[in-house]
Amino acid sequence: MIFQVIWFILWGVLWAVFFMLDGFDFGAGMLHGFIAKNEAEKRTVLNIIGPVWNGNEVWLITAGGATFAAFPTTYALMFSYLYTALLLLLFSLILRGVAIEFRGKAEGAGWRKGWDVAFFLGSFLPALLLGVAFGNIFAGLPMDAEGYHGSLLTLLNPYGLLTGILFVLLFLVHGALWVALKGTGDLEMRAGKAANGIWYILLPVAAVFLVYTAFATKLYANYMKAPALLALPAIAVFSLLAVKFLSFKGAYLKAFFASCATIVMVTFTGVAGLYPNLIPSNISPAHSLTIFNSSSSVYTLRIMTAVAVVFVPIVILYQIWVYRVFRHKEAAGKETY
Amino acid sequence: MDAVALSRLQFAVTSMFHFIFVPLTLGLSIMVAWMESRHLRTGDVLYLRMAKFWGKLFLINFALGIVTGITMEFQFGMNWAEYSKYVGDVFGAPLAIEATVAFFLESTFIGLWVFGWEKVSPKVHALSIWLVAIATNLSALWILLANGWMQHPVGYVLRNNRAEMVDFTAVLTNPYGWLKFLHTTLSGYVVAAFFVMGISAWHLLRKSRTGFFKRSFRMAAWFGLASSLLLFIVGDFHAAEVAKTQPAKFAAMESVWQTEKGAPYNLVVIPDVAKERNAVKALRVPGMLSFLAYHDPDATIKGLTEFPKDLRPPVLATFLSFRAMIILGLFFIVLSFAAVIISKKDRLEASPRFLKLMLFALPLPYIAGQLGWVVAEVGRQPWIVYDVLKTSDAVSRTVSPMQVWVSLIGFTLIYGLLAVVDIYLLAKTARKGPEPELSVVGAVQTGQEV
Ligand code: HDD
Ligand code: HEM
Ligand code: HEM
Repeated sequence: MIFQVIWFILWGVLWAVFFMLDGFDFGAGMLHGFIAKNEAEKRTVLNIIGPVWNGNEVWLITAGGATFAAFPTTYALMFSYLYTALLLLLFSLILRGVAIEFRGKAEGAGWRKGWDVAFFLGSFLPALLLGVAFGNIFAGLPMDAEGYHGSLLTLLNPYGLLTGILFVLLFLVHGALWVALKGTGDLEMRAGKAANGIWYILLPVAAVFLVYTAFATKLYANYMKAPALLALPAIAVFSLLAVKFLSFKGAYLKAFFASCATIVMVTFTGVAGLYPNLIPSNISPAHSLTIFNSSSSVYTLRIMTAVAVVFVPIVILYQIWVYRVFRHKEAAGKETY
Repeated sequence: MDAVALSRLQFAVTSMFHFIFVPLTLGLSIMVAWMESRHLRTGDVLYLRMAKFWGKLFLINFALGIVTGITMEFQFGMNWAEYSKYVGDVFGAPLAIEATVAFFLESTFIGLWVFGWEKVSPKVHALSIWLVAIATNLSALWILLANGWMQHPVGYVLRNNRAEMVDFTAVLTNPYGWLKFLHTTLSGYVVAAFFVMGISAWHLLRKSRTGFFKRSFRMAAWFGLASSLLLFIVGDFHAAEVAKTQPAKFAAMESVWQTEKGAPYNLVVIPDVAKERNAVKALRVPGMLSFLAYHDPDATIKGLTEFPKDLRPPVLATFLSFRAMIILGLFFIVLSFAAVIISKKDRLEASPRFLKLMLFALPLPYIAGQLGWVVAEVGRQPWIVYDVLKTSDAVSRTVSPMQVWVSLIGFTLIYGLLAVVDIYLLAKTARKGPEPELSVVGAVQTGQEV
């Protein structure tokens, strides 16, 4: 019992950290075609995320692996039910990784343009698809004893799409702040402007999302039962406002941290509302996948807990250390390989 | 085709594609780390230039290894949901551990290595590539312990309609998994050695930067000789383990139809699958097969006819792949032995025919590795988890053949495109050769003699 809860929390943390870290890579990728005006600036944007994007993506791989190890039934059903959506996610992540790594390895305007497009799509699509997927998980999937009764189109319902757009906007602001923080000169200025501008779209979308969630999902039921949980959405809202206040002043580092807090708290808000479900069923609540009916044996959970307790802090320490090594602003347009 | 056949085909395509990049990563990371350490020790800039040039090729290859790896992880749930439900309790753990202890390490420090030349001290920089090398090999360990468990399941009970882990230590110390790990990583070292020797040979044939490429070649020759010798020895133990745990696969590997005590090894065999016998058997070495399998010339080898037809793996693919792998393995020993001698005597440039041979040998270790996987995976059929779960029962129930068609075609197209781009980049970078001496960033200050 306690181990299922531990792994539920860890599951939420893994997703939240993934969104917080790779979120700015996605944002930078979506924006780079618009805020980087020449080759040198484009290269700067790539160099800004170059040292860290892969390490950020591994949080996704670990979130997937942890779902497999701790909640194998959920892993199996979630991945096979969302087959086509995940296929698209895979293709776009492949595109992004290759675009980042290959763009600088040959010359030619056509070569670079092609990878620029790939970089944009490979950043935009994962942001959208992950949002759509999580929106649908919050709302529940049409599943019962016979299995799954949906398709790719079922996922594209208004609430799913709204969540997708919310993710895209969150990551856009997040990525813009990261570029503003690491870039210099005009690039910094344009990125700061983008962050401030997009925030005005993000705010109403986030408000609609919070309201719509009450109608489209059962997430708020847990909040009625344990009002203390309301701290999570409250911090989310507060940090979202702080993002604007700080970035307006040009305090990009603080604004970026506020944006981190927003993303983490939005994720926690959803995850805390799900408990004890991992994927609710919206046609037959008895067939919801919960942390109890889909988990591994206690023996396995115990081993996995030991591994996580030892290694996750080590990972966090060396990742922080590497971020510190690269804490300075990126010199403009340098050629690295 | 039904969803099972399509999913199998897709798994084969995607995993074999992943395994084009993985072996080079396993071996070349070690070689690059070694070069950078040599530079630290000797202060010789040539080693630094070596680390940078081979490191660049390493990175081009590494990128595709990473992006194709994510596909692998997702597929267990997407296409093999029943499998994941049934054995996830055991199988999920090594996969999650792999991500936690290996992928984080590798991906974080590769970023530091690429972008950190001027940000950290040379020692820390060299340490970061060593960490990458250790992490990639560690990731192979965990994935192969997972695969080793599918081949020879241990430490579990069947309970609550699934396999549940009861003994993690048994999973960790599964001899099948460790042999697989040693054999596969060593095969990666052979791939890397022949890669470096092949490209060096190309340059030496053109007499370009001969000093640089002679030294690279020599280093790779030693690495290749040591690895291919060990690979052969471990391969022999691996085969013995297969004989013990998967007798049907072993019989298919050697095309043995009738049970035999003191079985001979026939150097030439042509199986006749329809008639359940071998059409041709020639050049026999008495007792040799029994000796190879059980290290006892009198031991009994079970023949395929002892197994019901539906429990036999496809014989021809398993047999031919195994033979070809062994022939290639012996060939690599011979080639790398010659490579050591010739480069030691400094006669490389005077042996253009040998250099050409080494250039054309570059793809062969890749092929041997792919063949090895065919032996391991096709030879395990019809089981997905040996003696526990059949492949046909493992596929996702809710995924339609149409969906798998779409994904299979999608992967084939995208991977095909990536392969073209990758080969183009590798060839371009390899041809261009190392940076000129003066522009080298990151040289250590002490003992520097430019
Ligand atoms: C450079 C590549 C290479 C070479 C030259 C060899 N192998 Fe190999 N072999 C592999 C690369 C490989 C591999 C890619 O690493 C495989 C695939 C699955 C595995 O565990 O390792 C493999 C599989 C594999 C298996 C099947 C394992 C199973 O069924 O699970 C056996 C019995 C051997 N090998 C034995 C040998 C022997 C006796 C060789 C004689 C020299 C040999 N291999 C050469
Ligand atoms: C990267 C190297 C690998 C290659 C080249 C490879 C190759 C193959 C091939 C050719 C098949 C098709 C066999 C058939 O259907 O007849 C297959 C199937 C499969 N392999 Fe592997 N394999 C690799 C590694 C792994 C690993 C490490 C695992 C597990 C951890 C694994 C799990 C599977 C599964 C689940 C299937 C599908 C079911 C089946 O057909 O048995 N493979 N693989
Ligand atoms: C079929 C099961 C497999 C799965 C699920 C899998 C999963 C993955 C994943 C998710 C990555 C990306 C890691 C990152 O982003 O940093 C990766 C890369 C890698 N995998 Fe696999 N893999 C499989 C088979 C194998 C095998 C059989 C080996 C080695 C023997 C291997 C060795 C590696 C290595 C060394 C990398 C580093 C990247 C590179 O080579 O370019 N994998 N794998």
